[in-house]
Amino acid sequence: MSIATTRTRIVRPLVVRRRGLLTRHPRITLAALLLGTLAGLAIFAPFITEYDPMTLAVTQRLRPPSAAHWFGTDAYGRDTFSRTIYGGRISMQIGVSVAAMSVLIGVVVGMLGGAIRWLDPIVMRISDGLMSIPAILLAIALMSLTKASVATVIIAITIPEVPRVIRLVRSLVLTIREQTYMQAAIASGTRLPRLMLRHILPNVLTPLIVQATYICASAVLLEAYLGFLGAGTPTEVPSWGNIIAENRTFVQLATWNVMFPGVFLALMVLGVNMLGDGVRDLLDPRLAGRIGK
Amino acid sequence: MTDSPVLQIEDLRTQFLTHGGIAKAVDGVSYHVNRGETLGVVGESGCGKSVTALSVMRLVPDPPGRIVSGRVLLHGQDLLELDEAAMRRVRGNRIGMIFQEPMTSLNPVLTVGRQIEEVVALHQNLPARQAAERAVEMLRLVQIPEPQRRAREYPHQLSGGMRQRVMIAMALSCNPEVLIADEPTTALDVTIQAQILELIREIQQRTGTAIVLITHDLGVIAETADRVVVMYAGKKVEEAPVTALFDAPLHPYTRGLMVSMPRLDSPLGPERGELPEIPGMVPSLSALPEGCRFAPRCPLAVQQCREEPPLIEYAPGHVAACWRAGE
Repeated sequence: MSIATTRTRIVRPLVVRRRGLLTRHPRITLAALLLGTLAGLAIFAPFITEYDPMTLAVTQRLRPPSAAHWFGTDAYGRDTFSRTIYGGRISMQIGVSVAAMSVLIGVVVGMLGGAIRWLDPIVMRISDGLMSIPAILLAIALMSLTKASVATVIIAITIPEVPRVIRLVRSLVLTIREQTYMQAAIASGTRLPRLMLRHILPNVLTPLIVQATYICASAVLLEAYLGFLGAGTPTEVPSWGNIIAENRTFVQLATWNVMFPGVFLALMVLGVNMLGDGVRDLLDPRLAGRIGK
Repeated sequence: MTDSPVLQIEDLRTQFLTHGGIAKAVDGVSYHVNRGETLGVVGESGCGKSVTALSVMRLVPDPPGRIVSGRVLLHGQDLLELDEAAMRRVRGNRIGMIFQEPMTSLNPVLTVGRQIEEVVALHQNLPARQAAERAVEMLRLVQIPEPQRRAREYPHQLSGGMRQRVMIAMALSCNPEVLIADEPTTALDVTIQAQILELIREIQQRTGTAIVLITHDLGVIAETADRVVVMYAGKKVEEAPVTALFDAPLHPYTRGLMVSMPRLDSPLGPERGELPEIPGMVPSLSALPEGCRFAPRCPLAVQQCREEPPLIEYAPGHVAACWRAGE
C-alpha cells in the first residue's frame, strides 16, 4: 500500500467527523465558543487593554462604564475591564489545576481502593471524614494555616474535591471488577497492575472526564467564595472573587464593579458545565440517542 | 489417542462460606480428560460444574469460596500447590477458558484484535507486530471473515456468535493443552450454537487440545462429547462414554434428565402428553440430605439410600453412584 492512499484514508473521515461533531452537538460548540472567548481574553489581556490591572489612578475613581473604561473603574481608579480579564487568568488556572490534580489523585487512590480489598475501608473512611466537613470550611481552615498564594488556594480547593473523585472511581471499579471480561482477563493470566491500567482505567475514563468539568466549575466558584470571604488569593491579585469582595462596599454607588466580574464568573461556570453535559452526551451513546430524538 | 490424562482432578472439594453455613459446592469430584478428547460435564444449575472449572483455574472468589482439599493435576503437576505467579503462567497459556456470556466477556473499550494480542504478548514474549499478526491469524482460525478488518473492531460491532468466536480465538491463542468451555453456547441461538460447536470440534482435531465442555444441555453433550460426567449437588453421580450414557444410563438422575428432554419423534397434538420432569428441587448445598443426595427426589429411593452410595464401575469406563443403578 502506498503512502498516499493511507493518508487520504486516515485524513478524510477525521475532517468529516469533526465538522459533523460541531453541528450535531450545539451545546459543546456553544460551550467551546464561550470558554474560548473567555480564555482568549485572559491570555491576550495585555494586548486587549492598555490599562494595567494594578495601576492606581486617583483622579479616575469610581467612573461609570465609558468608552475609555468599558467596565468603569473601582475605588482606586483601576480599570475594571482590565482587572476582570486578568482575573480570568487566575480563575482558569485554578479551575484547570484543581480539576487535573483532584482527578489524578482521585483516580490513583480510588483504583487502589476499588481493587485492593483491605485498602478499601481505610480509603473510604478517610474520604467520608473529609466529605463530612463542608468544602468551604475545609478550604478556609487550610488557607488559615498557610500563606495566601495561588498555589495554596489550589491545594486548599483540591483537598475537599478529591474524596468525590475517589468515591466515583471506586464505585466504577467495583462495578467493572464484577464484569465477565474482567474474569476473562484474569483467566488469561493478566496481572493486577496490567488489569487496572488496561481493563479498568479506560472504562473509568468517560465518567471521569465529565466529573472533571464539574470539578473545574465548582473550583472556580469556590475560589471566588474564598476571595470574597478574604481567605483566598492575596488581595492584590485580581481574581473575580477578590474584585467582587473589594467593591462590595460601593455596590450601590458603582454596581459595575461587582456586576461585570460576576457576569464573567457566571459565564465561565455556565460554559464549563455545558461542556461537561455535552461531553457526557457525546461519550454516552445511549443517552445521546435518547436526547437526539 | 487416549494416552495419559492431560488434566486430572482428584477428590476436589470447594466450599463457600455463606450466612446459611458452609455450602459444599464441589464435594469430592474426580475426573480427567485426555489429549484430543472432549469431556462433557453436565448437570443442572448449581450442581457445581462451573465451580469445578473455576477451581481448576484457581479463580474461585476467596472469600467466600475456598478449595478445601483435592488435587488438580496438569500433566502430573498439582496446580493447587503453585504460587500465584506460576498460576498466572498457566492461565490463558496452558489452560484456556471460554465463558458463557459472549456479550460481556470482552472488554468494550478495547478492539478485539488488541484483546487477543494482550494474551499472546502476556505469555509468548512476542514483539508487538508479531502479536498483532498472531491475533489476525487466530481470528482466521475461528473463521471470522475479513480477520484483518475485524481485528480493528470493537466488541459492540460484532454479533454474539462472532464474539464467542473471538473468545475462542483468545482462549486458544497460546495453544493451551486444555480448553475449559463453560456453557459456551448457552447464550447463542441454535444455528449459531451448532456452528460454534462445529468450530470447536474442528480446532480440536487440528490442535489436539483436550476440552472440558460444561453444559446443562444434553443435546450439546451428545453432539460433541466423547465422555460424560454427570454432576448432581456437588457430586459426580455418573461417568460414561457418551454412547454408553445415552444407551444405558445407570443413575436415576441421568435417566430423569433424559426423559425430561422433549423428543422430536413424539406425537404432536393432544396425545403428546406432558413432558416428564424430575419432581422436587435441588437440595440447598448448605443443608444436604444424608446419604444419596438425589434420594429425596428419586422414584427408586429405598431405605439403603440413606447411606452414601459408592462409585461403582458397572461397565468398562461406566461408573455410577447409586445403590439401585440400572434397575
